[in-house]
Amino acid sequence: MTEVLRVEDLRVYYHTEAGPVKAVDGVTFALKPGERFGLVGESGSGKSTIALALLRLIRPPGRIEGGAIYLDGINLLSLDEEEMRRLRLARISLVAQGAMNSLNPVKRIKEQIGLALRDHGVQMSRAEFDRYVAGLLQRVGLRPEVATMFPHELSGGMKQRVCIAIAISLEPQVIVADEPTSALDVVVQWQVIDTLRRVQEELGAAVILIGHDMGLMAQTVDRIGVMYAGKLVEIAPTRELFREPLHPYTQLLIASLPSLDGKGELRGIPGLPPSLLSPPPGCPFHPRCPFVMDRCRVEESILREVRPGHWVACHLH
Amino acid sequence: MTALLEARHVTKVFGGGLLRKTQTVALENFSFQVSGETPRITAIVGESGSGKTTLARLLLGLVTPTSGEILYRGKDLQKLSGEDRRAFLHDVQAVFQDPFEVYNPFYKVDHVLELPIRNFGLAHSRRERRAMIEEALHAVGLRPEETLGRYPHQLSGGQRQRIMVARALLLRPRLIIADEPVSMVDASLRATILGSLLKLNQEFGISLIYITHDLTTAYQVSQDIIVLYRGSVVEAGDVEQVVRDPQHPYTRLLVGSIPLPNPDRVWQGERVLGRPAGELRPVGPSYCKFHERCPFAMPMCVEQAPPLFQTDPRRVTACYLYREAPAIQPEELVGVFANGHQVQVVSRPEAQREGGAGGVGS
Ligand SMILES: Nc1ncnc2c1ncn2[C@@H]1O[C@H](COP(=O)(O)OP(=O)(O)OP(=O)(O)O)[C@@H](O)[C@H]1O
Ligand SMILES: Nc1ncnc2c1ncn2[C@@H]1O[C@H](COP(=O)(O)OP(=O)(O)O)[C@@H](O)[C@H]1O
Ligand code: SF4
Ligand code: SF4
Ligand SMILES: [Mg+2]
Ligand SMILES: [Mg+2]
Repeated sequence: MTEVLRVEDLRVYYHTEAGPVKAVDGVTFALKPGERFGLVGESGSGKSTIALALLRLIRPPGRIEGGAIYLDGINLLSLDEEEMRRLRLARISLVAQGAMNSLNPVKRIKEQIGLALRDHGVQMSRAEFDRYVAGLLQRVGLRPEVATMFPHELSGGMKQRVCIAIAISLEPQVIVADEPTSALDVVVQWQVIDTLRRVQEELGAAVILIGHDMGLMAQTVDRIGVMYAGKLVEIAPTRELFREPLHPYTQLLIASLPSLDGKGELRGIPGLPPSLLSPPPGCPFHPRCPFVMDRCRVEESILREVRPGHWVACHLH
Repeated sequence: MTALLEARHVTKVFGGGLLRKTQTVALENFSFQVSGETPRITAIVGESGSGKTTLARLLLGLVTPTSGEILYRGKDLQKLSGEDRRAFLHDVQAVFQDPFEVYNPFYKVDHVLELPIRNFGLAHSRRERRAMIEEALHAVGLRPEETLGRYPHQLSGGQRQRIMVARALLLRPRLIIADEPVSMVDASLRATILGSLLKLNQEFGISLIYITHDLTTAYQVSQDIIVLYRGSVVEAGDVEQVVRDPQHPYTRLLVGSIPLPNPDRVWQGERVLGRPAGELRPVGPSYCKFHERCPFAMPMCVEQAPPLFQTDPRRVTACYLYREAPAIQPEELVGVFANGHQVQVVSRPEAQREGGAGGVGS
């Protein structure tokens, strides 16, 4: 088996009063075992929705409209709720965006870790459990005392690390981490990513790292997928993406990165991200694209492999 | 000249109650001023747990200092009269790190934007109110038709964060305290939002306290910077100097740990500084809090906390590596900032300097 996860033509819509929001609209990608795959893209482009869909955690008014998600050959979308529950955490786990806010405020950290384990029928003696929790916390760079603390006693960064500890507690094959470090400072970011990388290599688990920090991505993942308006518009090995981004959105995104080499003009990509309620016809980036051509306004741009391993959805290529 | 907002020797200690033996000093002897006349942008950076959010909450009057005081136009924030309180709520706006906390899940997000307009009578008609809201949403890259009418959980993390920025923009306050306002948005949007905050600062003279762990954007938007480590100021002053030529070992670590968007440059993280010196144990209650991680730690570092050494008219560093420079008092910190309320810094005789932060009189 060369792919641990395969996502095919995934579509997730949120059915709002104003109509369906096409948050994920035909996304296809695959992950090799042990691979680190980065998912980047504008805020609201559908990254978290993909993360939730991979664990089948989409709640109404959201719905997975179609497509398939194969984990080790099993289509997750065909499982019943109980089968899916058993796979979560054990085979595929999620560090949700802002997960630190969802920790139970009245339970000590070790109880929260214990809850996750018990839910999956893991049996341990008290001493074993305490040792296990201490080890888990150490893996994410937390002192053992944290085990007996409550969430409000921890800073945001510490809480986020607790969430990572929970996500790796059952040693899953695929770890989906949705902006796991965006609340952390660079030093801790490095520690957490280093930990994630080490744990992931030990387990041979694949990681989907969702984020917007291109620096972090450059330093962490093997391949990057760029999302725009519910679609993947480019997929390439990290080095190649930075050396030669092909999609105009990726190019502008990389060009807008701030640096320490001098104060530049603070300007993002002009224009607003497109409406997901009524996406523009043709290429979704056409209203903001500096290279727009006539056909871009009418003809959809399909993700194609233009070089080995480098996929792009743009009429220029 | 009274400052718009001033922190005087503020210390905040958490814990130590009946249930918990451990105490956390979240902020220690912090003094700072925001002038009502000269708008400026000050970045406050530091690792998580360094006390940034605590500082923001103190300045907003959401938590009370354990000692020291916060003054709004010279009056104690905790004892404001009804009228002053109202003025304060308009003058000082917050954008929080965690946008979920401030939303009421049962109200549509419109509420968050309409409430301040109503409370402060900013609009005379529904149409005017709607126009104001749309303008503010546009400024943060949101489409009104896709934002209004939704519940908080129906928006992405970055969208929720931006609504909070839009809310602050609506009120045209004197000061915006923004705690990690763009931590969840991509680089392009981040530039857009910070650009609109910068524009506000320039056009309407709104001051900004930009709290972040992102040194790159701190460098891009601010004039002054304060680096916190475990509740204490370790380095502060002109952002160009502090970020491009950091002095304090902790600041050096922070700058050296920034992941660069270049896969060919290795992200060294904690390795940039080298091995901690180790072996040194604090002899009393006062010591450099960075000594455990510092490769340059010396015996003096664990005997007495280093004071702020003024290594340049526009910069201070709390590290004994710079002990040749004159030491200043915490409340003189504003003097090193651009357009800061000029506090006279007199150079001090050697003997007093050795006495550390507590021992110098002015
Ligand atoms: N429950 C919901 N109901 C309606 N719309 C929703 C819901 N959840 C998300 N959306 C919309 O779906 C789109 C994608 O949201 P998603 O959270 O996946 O974005 P994201 O790429 O993770 O963004 P960010 O980087 O800001 O976290 C957004 O336009 C968002 O407003
Ligand atoms: N309400 C609280 N009770 C106990 N400790 C707290 C509380 N709020 C913050 N702390 C502690 O104070 C320190 C500073 O926290 P915080 O200001 O949130 O840091 P930052 O925003 O820089 O990450 C941390 O050690 C944190 O655990
Ligand atoms: S398809 Fe056309 S509009 Fe879209 S990115 Fe390519 S050139 Fe630009
Ligand atoms: S005072 Fe001493 S321990 Fe502290 S940062 Fe400076 S050299 Fe290191
Ligand atoms: Mg998200
Ligand atoms: Mg904080």
